[in-house]
Amino acid sequence: MTEMKNLVKSLADNYGRYHESLLPILQGVVEKKRFLSEEAMVEVAREIDISAAHVFGTASFYSFLNTSPMGEYVVRVCKTITCMMHGKNLIIQELEKQLKIKLGETSHDGKFTLLETNCLGQCHKGPAMLINDTPYTNLTPDKVRDIIQSLKQNDLVSNAATQVN
Amino acid sequence: MSKKNLKRLDLIFKNENDGEVILVKTMARPTHDLINDLIISGLKGRGGAGYPTGLKWKLASEAEGDMKYVICNADEGEPGTFKDREILTQVPHKVLIGMAVCAKIIGAHEGYIYLRGEYKFLLPSLNEMIDDFHVLMNKIGFDFRVKIFLGSGAYICGEESALFESMEGYRGEPRNKPPYPTNSGYRKMPTVINNVETLAHTYSIFKYGPEKFKDLGVQDSRGSKVFSVSGDTPNPGIYELEFGMSVKKFVDDFGDGDAKAVQVGGASGFCVPRKKFDKTKIGYQGKLTGVSLPTGGSMMIFNSSRSMYNVLHNYLDFFVEESCGQCTPCRVGTQQLLLGIEAVKKGERSSEYLDRLLGLAENMRVTAKCGLGQSVANSFSSIVENFKEEMIY
Ligand SMILES: Cc1cc2nc3c(=O)[nH]c(=O)nc-3n(C[C@H](O)[C@H](O)[C@H](O)COP(=O)(O)O)c2cc1C
Ligand code: SF4
Ligand code: FES
Repeated sequence: MTEMKNLVKSLADNYGRYHESLLPILQGVVEKKRFLSEEAMVEVAREIDISAAHVFGTASFYSFLNTSPMGEYVVRVCKTITCMMHGKNLIIQELEKQLKIKLGETSHDGKFTLLETNCLGQCHKGPAMLINDTPYTNLTPDKVRDIIQSLKQNDLVSNAATQVN
Repeated sequence: MSKKNLKRLDLIFKNENDGEVILVKTMARPTHDLINDLIISGLKGRGGAGYPTGLKWKLASEAEGDMKYVICNADEGEPGTFKDREILTQVPHKVLIGMAVCAKIIGAHEGYIYLRGEYKFLLPSLNEMIDDFHVLMNKIGFDFRVKIFLGSGAYICGEESALFESMEGYRGEPRNKPPYPTNSGYRKMPTVINNVETLAHTYSIFKYGPEKFKDLGVQDSRGSKVFSVSGDTPNPGIYELEFGMSVKKFVDDFGDGDAKAVQVGGASGFCVPRKKFDKTKIGYQGKLTGVSLPTGGSMMIFNSSRSMYNVLHNYLDFFVEESCGQCTPCRVGTQQLLLGIEAVKKGERSSEYLDRLLGLAENMRVTAKCGLGQSVANSFSSIVENFKEEMIY
């Protein structure tokens, strides 16, 4: 079996082979692979016995279920009102400078993708961003530089760790 | 420090370790007494729509179904709202106990917390709480299990019927109503869906009795409310305050001295300009004198350095992206409103065109299928009407 087959199978073993398992399984693939390839979606469809078109139609609805390749670190900067008022443009400029990419792009080494997103529920600590699952708040250009430098040095992806201010 | 004219309350966030005692005591009471307590308390949904919680639980308890579900709505996507995250961080056990009592009343054995993907970082601590909760359920011999269902970045999934679709493995597209969730919700079964804060309040009501809750607030809007305060304020953050305050009192406490507008209720809420601070109160619409604005708790303050055109543009951008696209008035309407204000600003359209856009927004209020499209007019009309010059020049 291919690696993808194995991954999807183990996710389906875990979440069950129901229609209700679709999102959790797709989320599991994205967590491991950062995006849903066509192969992945066909495999999920086969595993829980629904049409691949349905899997694609569902995945494409959700902004966190990427259907094109993403970097190892997906950086999502909040662009909603309070973060905008508190300088999210400067944050994006600094990220573009540090990562040498423009908004929407992935760095050449495949490490970083830079995106904007809507309100992250951290408005009292704006500007805010998510890197994979971890929120970073009260951002300044200096702080952004430090965060990116430490991620560049540190190859370990630290998911789901709450950042403390 | 902020001036403290408004009384700060400490019902929700008070850390009380008597969960087990309260639960056992509450579970021993007849269900109709519990429903009565909720109705007497006057508690209304804190997710925005303001439906009476006691009535919702009563309807679900009377509905027929092979299975019933209790769902906690933790999708919290309304711009400027972050209170549910704080409640789930500080006092998640109150939310879980509220869910258990609801399960007993309606006859459910499964519960879910629909947690927005942006809050995935809360999973480890929440799952730990849920493990402890399951131990408690076993100990008191009540068959009820709670699982977390994670969202994936779609604001519309906070709308209850879209949320069910999402949990069932579909695109988050709202359903037609009726039927309502109490008859046909998750998997078409009777379902109680409540906001995080609503559930946490039920804990206090069962603990202290309905009167203490009812004594807070004003007619039609009882109890305390958790507000998320952001924007031009020296003190952004979460505050539990009494319902019924005027926007003026709020701004005196939280503004930076130069507030020109307050957006009450997020992008789908209303903009209150300075000249109306005095007359506008915070609470559900009812028989109150004066204008009363409901809110999920988002309070965004703008000072005179801010362009209200930019604010409205940002909100419309949000709606264009987050519209599920299912119905034409909302899918096309949000885009036309955005293009429309851009055209007026650039001088490609005359200022009278704003009246046509106001008409379009009001039209969406009646023709859009769900609350998203229906409430675009709230911010659109209140900003355009109160800040017309800023839209044109
Ligand atoms: C577009 C839209 C988004 C919504 N988002 C949320 C949300 O994030 N959280 C929430 O509790 N309710 C949200 N609601 C309201 C829910 O549909 C529902 O009324 C609420 O969860 C019921 O709980 P309550 O009675 O305790 O308020 C939203 C409604 C709409 C129309
Ligand atoms: S009003 Fe908007 S969000 Fe609601 S169903 Fe219609 S298109 Fe979807
Ligand atoms: S506006 Fe950026 S986190 Fe809410």
